[in-house]
Amino acid sequence: MKPAAVDYVRADSVAEVTAILAECGDDARVLAGGQSLMPMLNMRLAAPRVLVDISRVAELARIRSGVADHASDGGRAAASGAVAVGAAVTQARLEARPTLAREVPMVALALPYIGHFQTRNRGTIGGSIAHADPSAELPLVLAALGGEVALRSQRGTRRVAARSFFAGMLTTDCRPDELVEEVLFPLAGEGARYGFREVALRHGDFALAAVAATVTRDAIRIAVGGVADRPQVETWPRLAGSALDDALDALARRLDARDDAHASASYRRHLVRTLGRSLVEELA
Amino acid sequence: MKDDAQARPASQGTWVGRPLERFEDEALLAGRGCYADDAPVRPGTLAAAVLRSPYAHAQISRIDAARALAMPGVRAVVTGADVEAWTSPFIVSVKQPMRHWCLAVDRVRYAGEPVAVVVAEDRYLAEDALEAIEVDYDELPPVIDPVAAAQPDASILHADVGSNVVSDRSYRYGDPDAAFAEAAHRVRIDVRYPRNSGTPIECGVVVAEHLPGGAGYDVLSNFMGPMSLAAVMSLALRIPAARLRLRAPRHAGGSFGVKQALFPMIVAMCVASRKAGAPVKWVEDRLEHLVGATSATGRVTTLEAAVGDDGRITALAWDQLDDCGAYLRAPEPATFYRMHGCLTGAYAIARLRVRNRVVLTNKTPAGLVRGFGGPQVYFALERLVQRIAVELGLDPLDVFRRNFVPSGAFPYRAPAGALLDSGDYAAVLERALASAGVDDLRARRSAARSAGRLYGIGFAAIVEPSISNMGYITAVLTPEARAKAGPKNGAIAAATVAVDLLGGVTVGVDSLPQGQGHATTIAQVVADALGLAPQDITVDVEFDSRKDGWSVAAGNYSSRFAGATAGAAHLAALRVRERLARIAAGALGCAPADVVFERGKLFARSNPGGALSFARAAGNAHWAPALLPEGEMPGLRETVFWTPDVLAAPDGHDRVNTSATYGFAFDVCALEIDRATGSVHIDRYATTHDAGRILNPALADGQVRGGFAQGLGAALMEEFVYAPDGSFRSGSFADYLVPTAMEVPEPAIAHLETPSPFTPLGAKGIGEANNMSTPVCIANAIADALGAGVDPAAIELPMTPSKILALVAATERMVSR
Amino acid sequence: MRRYSRGEQHRVEVVLDGRSREGRCESRMLLSDFLRHVLGATGVHVGCEHGVCGACTVIVDGVAQRSCLALAVAADGRDVRTVHGLARDDVLSDLQQAFRRHHALQCGFCTPGILMSATDFLARNPAPTEQAVREMLSGHLCRCTGYTGIVAAILDVAALRRERGGTQAA
Repeated sequence: MKPAAVDYVRADSVAEVTAILAECGDDARVLAGGQSLMPMLNMRLAAPRVLVDISRVAELARIRSGVADHASDGGRAAASGAVAVGAAVTQARLEARPTLAREVPMVALALPYIGHFQTRNRGTIGGSIAHADPSAELPLVLAALGGEVALRSQRGTRRVAARSFFAGMLTTDCRPDELVEEVLFPLAGEGARYGFREVALRHGDFALAAVAATVTRDAIRIAVGGVADRPQVETWPRLAGSALDDALDALARRLDARDDAHASASYRRHLVRTLGRSLVEELA
Repeated sequence: MKDDAQARPASQGTWVGRPLERFEDEALLAGRGCYADDAPVRPGTLAAAVLRSPYAHAQISRIDAARALAMPGVRAVVTGADVEAWTSPFIVSVKQPMRHWCLAVDRVRYAGEPVAVVVAEDRYLAEDALEAIEVDYDELPPVIDPVAAAQPDASILHADVGSNVVSDRSYRYGDPDAAFAEAAHRVRIDVRYPRNSGTPIECGVVVAEHLPGGAGYDVLSNFMGPMSLAAVMSLALRIPAARLRLRAPRHAGGSFGVKQALFPMIVAMCVASRKAGAPVKWVEDRLEHLVGATSATGRVTTLEAAVGDDGRITALAWDQLDDCGAYLRAPEPATFYRMHGCLTGAYAIARLRVRNRVVLTNKTPAGLVRGFGGPQVYFALERLVQRIAVELGLDPLDVFRRNFVPSGAFPYRAPAGALLDSGDYAAVLERALASAGVDDLRARRSAARSAGRLYGIGFAAIVEPSISNMGYITAVLTPEARAKAGPKNGAIAAATVAVDLLGGVTVGVDSLPQGQGHATTIAQVVADALGLAPQDITVDVEFDSRKDGWSVAAGNYSSRFAGATAGAAHLAALRVRERLARIAAGALGCAPADVVFERGKLFARSNPGGALSFARAAGNAHWAPALLPEGEMPGLRETVFWTPDVLAAPDGHDRVNTSATYGFAFDVCALEIDRATGSVHIDRYATTHDAGRILNPALADGQVRGGFAQGLGAALMEEFVYAPDGSFRSGSFADYLVPTAMEVPEPAIAHLETPSPFTPLGAKGIGEANNMSTPVCIANAIADALGAGVDPAAIELPMTPSKILALVAATERMVSR
Repeated sequence: MRRYSRGEQHRVEVVLDGRSREGRCESRMLLSDFLRHVLGATGVHVGCEHGVCGACTVIVDGVAQRSCLALAVAADGRDVRTVHGLARDDVLSDLQQAFRRHHALQCGFCTPGILMSATDFLARNPAPTEQAVREMLSGHLCRCTGYTGIVAAILDVAALRRERGGTQAA
């Protein structure tokens, strides 16, 4: 379990990173906290020619609040801006941000479920988003909130809504010359309530199913992770009772759930129904 | 209280029984342990990496290592051809023409089977070269399910054997058929036990050096024995046992039986060293360990009981099918036979019928895993006891009470031959009920159920064998075949106590500890015998087959330490004491029998004032041999080899006392199932033990807690999963789930001590009980929570939330119908 | 920007347990291997090399993390603390002593990583609940102890430190 030979580059600036990505494209991989990429390197499931380490790029270590957003995703609760988290910010640093629970409560609720104390110390927000594991918490939360990803390349910067960014199992809209520069979580909306719930076999494991929900005066926005190949988001009116059950059941059936060594597809669908109902009822 | 435990006792002979802090810990806590990968190696030692089969079953049509050999730093590539030239297949304990080599020859039979070894200047380079070895595989149909593998039309793993069933033996004790014919009730259960493992956090390490001039091989490894396998290895290497020097480092990072399975890799690395012309070091990585090291046998069991109206069991009939994986690797099929003598468990059941079949499948070969054989047996037996209570409408506690071996009946000969040495099962049960607060638990269950919640209580009673009879495996042979092969029996333990020229005491033992604190316990035992303090005793647990006293049974398995090894150390210390008494008697002016050893001094019983220091008394043996009494040898070093008298070879009726001692445990588990998620919350777990005399209570409780955590893992999450095509689905620690501090509750532990009459200190094993009791106790509690409507055969470990929820749904559909 | 080409040996400098150390390694060498085999810090144990078991946990620039999930070259210039730096003048630290007192180890293979996590954790959480300690520990696998002694030792040392702190303040 040793990585294949690799050229390692420690970048000091975003310009250096994008220059290398422009030059190497698919042959390069960006290394931030390494909590997902390093196991793949050790197992030789990934063997890039070049690793670009962004963990010491000061520009990427910033957290900015109240950043104007494109409001590109009409379905989410009204917000007047976003918390923009630089690609090199660790999960632990965001977790320790005193204003986090006020700014983006759903992120504050989900962070403790991500891996463990030791992996959050190194793992980054941007890395988790770029890795796009369908069972991971952060992609789910970003999709649930209708957030955005800022992608930077020598060609410029573009922002992509979460729903278009996550393209499938470990697949995103990030192009070979692009760097996930920032992740934008929309600020909490007035009167909106946020919740997050998941079931994993052990504390810190990836979710067998996770549900994130936002309930506003007239809408329920619900997102499901761990079941399909990417987070699935739906927006409903304020359903309750059997109408809510029916909607959850229909959502669960639409998801392409699969059996694996740990849980059956029908179990995952069941979790979508029960977690969804208890979460929505709690937020109602 | 802890501090008191460390202080010198007021009188001699009282170190044993104290919860002493461990002498091992300071080095380990400072990061200064010396584990196998930390031990010094010769400059020029090369690194090995192992190429493993991606297929479960395939013919190897071509291996070409030319590209790998041309890569930088690569010094040798070892393949099946080298292994055929330089080694022999491993011997097998059933007479079958099965050829199991240390690397695959011509055919692979499980995903993860070693196919080639690259030897290079470092591990990174060796792994680079793995990718450059070209192997052409022609895939064959895999056999994964053990029941399917036993069918006549199954794809055959070993053509020369002609069947996947490599052993099929039936046994009969008493007249079970009559009992079944007369019985008021027949209660039957069909169960499966999964493949799982102890997965120590330190993986295997082998450093092997081929010695020139026919001198054989020198090996440093965290292999843990049993040293009977030294014979298997030297025969495979075609050398005398004396030419295979096996050494073990000072510390080892856990084993739980698992590192027994390192022996084929020791042979492979010996061959690699021979081919490379240099010492070779292999450090197993976690992916290799999970896919290829070993596994507990998976088992399919049908167990039936003949039962009276009162719940009294008059006969048992076992039909067991063990999934040993792709090869019958030594000591398999020992998983069956370790438990054979005590297949009637804690119960006085005189009549017994057994059929044992061993089947091979395209999976990793099975071997020792803590509890060895016990989890499989008790999962069937204790589920059956629960079913008897359910089907006859009895309180399960009454079923236990009516069937236990009576308290006054020890030593008790079980029908298949186990001589249950001591115990008071009924008293342990009562102690367990008090410890668990079972009345309170039953009240909680009633309250929960009336609120519509799923709450259950489970019990398990298990007999924990320790100190394995080296002859038990021959019970797999027919009495005729056994007679031809010659009898095997015993469980030899060895210990050496030496007193040096300044009166320092050093002890060497044969137990190859893997972290259990043997050095501390041995120091307590020897201190008591010599009137010293444990701090005065130096215990050397490193092992060197050239220098230490050892025999076939040496090693760290079958919970043999407390009963056998510590007992041998006690006897060796007593011998030293007798010699010292003879040496000092003259100076003290008394008979040797009247010399008292206390607090570092020797004195005549009648004259405590005229004491000699221990060091002074011992000094004469070294400095002044002329002063020794006539006939007394100089020097002061005694090695004792001890074997339990009660371990005979299997008799002509296949009766065998499989272990020297038998402890007992009674567990109570109360849990609740979350209806929304199917997850299990353990409300209370109480485990009560009789392990004979306890040498260090803190270490004993540590064994209980560790076994409990592993048993909980086996019950709820641990399993080696294979896909239908034989590919391995549990290949990382993200897939093979081991419980963390969030999943393991704190069990309530209680003890009762009935000393064994058959071990020198009265001690029995305690390290494996919970691996045997906890999986089935939790399963019984889950079954109880799910209610009488649940299909008993559907309680299959591990009980994951997904499985449990499916049963909740099925049960409630049935009830509402 | 600093480039470390494949196939070459590179100089890596760290402050290891308070002392400046340097060694040479390939760009792909894991920090765990570098600490063990180049710098001789064999108290750093390797149990899974995919970030789950936690045995290799060390403190880099004040933060506990897996050394098997880092490249040695990425640690160049950083402060690395391992189990070797916990004892002072051959006297075990309060945390190590608590582990001994509570029988928080058996084989001791997972222990160095747990000690480093606990060191970082207690620095940030001087008054943790048992639940918080268990959550932190869930990043480590121990197969011997059932975790009981480990949880007790960490809670005990936290209480002792608070008591001592309180005494000093008074």
